Order: sequence, then structure tokens, then C-alpha cells
Amino acid sequence: MNSPHIASAYDEELKYLTRRISEMGGTAEQMVADSVRALVSTDAALAQKVISEDVILDEAERQINEKAIVTIARRQPVAADLREIMGAIRIAAELERVGDLGKNTAKRVFAVQSAGIPRALARGLEHLAELALMQLKEVLDVYATRSAEKAKAIRERDDEIDAIYTSLFRELLTYMMEDPRNITPCTHLLFCAKNIERIGDHATNIAETIYYMTTGSQPEGDRPKDDNTTSLVAGVADSTA
Amino acid sequence: MNIMSETAAEKVLEKKMNEISYKMIGEAVSVYYGDKRALYDVGLKVRENTVTALIGPSGCGKSTFLRTLNRMNDTIEGCRVTGRIVLDGDDIYDPSIDVVELRARVGMVFQKPNPFPKSIYENVSYGPRIHGLARTKADMDAVVETSLQRAGLWNEVKDRLHESGTGLSGGQQQRLCIARAVAVSPEVILMDEPCSALDPIATAKIEELIHELRANFTIVIVTHSMQQAARVSQRTAMFHLGNLVEENDTDKMFTNPDDQRTQDYIMGRFG
Repeated sequence: MNSPHIASAYDEELKYLTRRISEMGGTAEQMVADSVRALVSTDAALAQKVISEDVILDEAERQINEKAIVTIARRQPVAADLREIMGAIRIAAELERVGDLGKNTAKRVFAVQSAGIPRALARGLEHLAELALMQLKEVLDVYATRSAEKAKAIRERDDEIDAIYTSLFRELLTYMMEDPRNITPCTHLLFCAKNIERIGDHATNIAETIYYMTTGSQPEGDRPKDDNTTSLVAGVADSTA
Repeated sequence: MNIMSETAAEKVLEKKMNEISYKMIGEAVSVYYGDKRALYDVGLKVRENTVTALIGPSGCGKSTFLRTLNRMNDTIEGCRVTGRIVLDGDDIYDPSIDVVELRARVGMVFQKPNPFPKSIYENVSYGPRIHGLARTKADMDAVVETSLQRAGLWNEVKDRLHESGTGLSGGQQQRLCIARAVAVSPEVILMDEPCSALDPIATAKIEELIHELRANFTIVIVTHSMQQAARVSQRTAMFHLGNLVEENDTDKMFTNPDDQRTQDYIMGRFG
């Protein structure tokens, strides 16, 4: 860890950023968990709560950016300090996006409410959400401890989420082919699954940012990818599912 | 066959262009003031047509090192320099070296602007005159004009060349000193905190000037302002307690330095 600054107010400013990011992380996690719970149990009240919470993250991101800009202007940060502040700006943006995705999932609760969700699909979505949330939680823990090793490990695990997303995608296609009346709710669920899968990507982005903040270099190599949905077609989905 | 050899030739040329040429090389330079040792075996290579910034806390030896580069330490009683400093392959501490000629090749600009109490014209023409660099009055006029232009001062003083140099503002005086240093066509210009007595606008002008001078000269600058080092230099050397701690590309130095002491110093943390 770095020793404290000679100007102690500088340390306070950096601590403020760290604290606000952690708070944003907690809110984003809660929103995502609630949105998936609202979806699988078609709980409109909970969905409404998630939708209304999005402004908290928007406001937090705005405040973090403002503080970061002022700190850059006043302190002319360099080296690890500069990376710390740039990292805070980036991570705040990622978490704000995670909140948006939770909100979008919550909004779709109203569209699928009447049709209901088949149990098997709900379980698939829950599992996907569990993995995405675990990744988000771990990456926020890594933000607190600044372990470059752990940040790298998280980044290398995104393919689990991709694989489950691909299998959900296939399942939803199957449901749609079985009965055209499933198309509307299943399309919404497809977006929800995509939302959750994107959360895993944002967690991975955050992991990369933490790696950069800690080491000063970008993590090497491509991220592992197991999202094959871009090349899936209905017939293929049937035969390979 | 022909194509291959052409490519090979290109590669050689490219390699040559990418090759770094060093203007001055310090090897195991140590400086003693009487019994007190101020520098410990400093090895630093100064790249040609590059601005090298020397940074570090007060008393770290950065100014001492700078002054070894044109033997300014010779004037200090009890000062002893060991090791080797080479300018274009020649050891500058070799007894055969003419110190006056050395200082014409390696000029210096000081912290406080120190124009001679003479006219602007005479301030600039003094060096070329004693070194016999201009034969005629017209030659000298040309040298004075070019030097003042290079120092970014010509337009401000061209109508009052025969007024006293000390009547100029601080920033103008410092640029006059730079014009004076440039007038003898040096190869290296050493600057010891050239902006510490100047306001931000005068500082910006000097920094812009340093940027332009780099095309023709090799510049080594000592500065207490980390931001200034970051703004003007391509290479940065960090000194601490008489040791060279780290020398690196300035971009690297201010984003991700290798040494913890550099990191603590530039970030303003307790080391």
C-alpha cells in the first residue's frame, strides 16, 4: 500500500471516491438482485422499487465525476493517484450501467406479468443472475483489497456466464417455436437474460480497471468468450440444445 | 534477391534512425564538498536533442550533478569530482580540455535571471565577441537578432536593443539570459530551475521556448516543479540522497514509475 500524502486533505478526497464507489456497488448489486427476484416472482411492487432506485446511481456517478474533476484540477495527480481517480470515473460509469440494466429488467416485469414465466426458465434466469451477482460482488471486494491477481482471475471467468446465457437463448427459442403466443414474453425474457449477461461484462470491465489501477498496465491477452448466440439460428438451436 | 537486399538496407536505416544517440554520458560520477559526499556513483546518459529533467527533493544532488556537466563545480572551493563525464566521446575533466571552450559548448541558465548591467545588445553579443564568433558588425547584428529570436524575445526588444538588460521584466530577463546562452551556439544547455522566480505566464513562455530549443540543442533542466518536469521533458531522472534512483521516459515516470521512492516523491506522499 502507498504511504499517506503529505497533504492529508488529498487522502480524504481519494477516500471519498473509494467510499462512494463502494456505496454505488452495493446499490447496484441490490437493484440487480431485486430486479431478477421481481421478474421470476412477477412482483410489480418490487419492480417499481428497482425502477425508482436508478436515480440514486445516476446521482452518485455525477457526484463522483464532479469530485474527480475537481481533484484533478486542484492536485494535478500523477502515477498511482492519477490511475486511482481515472479508475473511479470509469468504475462509476460501469456501475451506473449495471443499475440501468437492472432497471430495464424491472420494467419488463410488467410485460411478462400476465403470461407468467415457466419454472425451468425462471430457474435458468436465477442461475444466470446468481453468477453475474457473484462476479459483481467479487469484483467489488477486489476493489476494496486492490488485488491485481484476483482482478485477473475474475476477468478470466466471464465465460461461465456466457455459456449459461447461450443455453438460455436456445431454450427461449424453443419455447417460441412451440407456441407463437410465447413470443412476446420470451422476447422480453431474452432481453432480461441479455441484461444479466451484460452485468457480467461490466464486472469484467471493472476487474480490468482495477488491474490497471493497481499495476499501471493493461491486463494482457483477450478475454475468454463463450457467447455463441451471435451465430445461433432457430433450427440449429433445436438440434443442438 | 534485389528486393531482399533493399529491405535489409531499409531495416539498417530504420535501426539507425531509432538508435538513441547520447550527447553526454556520466559514469560513476561522485562529488565531494570537502569531506561531505554529495553524489554517489551516478551513471546517467543524456540523449541528444532531448529535454532531460532532473528532479528530487532539496539536497538530493540534482543541481550538483547538473553543475558537473560543464564543470561549474570547479569554482567551488574544496569540491572534488570523481568518475567520468563524456561529451561526444571526450572526457570533459581531462587536463587537455579548455574549460572556457567547454562552457561555450555546454551553456548554462541560472535560477535567477542574471543579465549583465549592460545593454540588451551587449548582453547577447558578449559571448560571441570573446569567442571570436562574429567578424563584422553585420555578422554580430545577425547573431544578436537570431539569438533573440530563438529566445522568443526579438519582437519585444528589437526597438530598444541599446537599453539596459536589467530594465526588462523578470521573464524577459530570463529569456535574455537564454538568448545569451544560445548566442555562442552551444550544443547543450543546462538550466537550473529557470522558472522558479517567474510568474505562470513568463514560465509558460520559457517552457514553450524549451520545447522549441530542443530541435537544435540538448537540454538538461533541474526543476522543483514536478508539473514542469512532466510538461517539458522527454526523459526524467529522479535523485534522492545523492543517488540516481530512476531514469525513465517522462510519460512512464509520471504514470507508472518503477521505483517506490520516485512514486512517493512525485505523488507528494511520505516516503
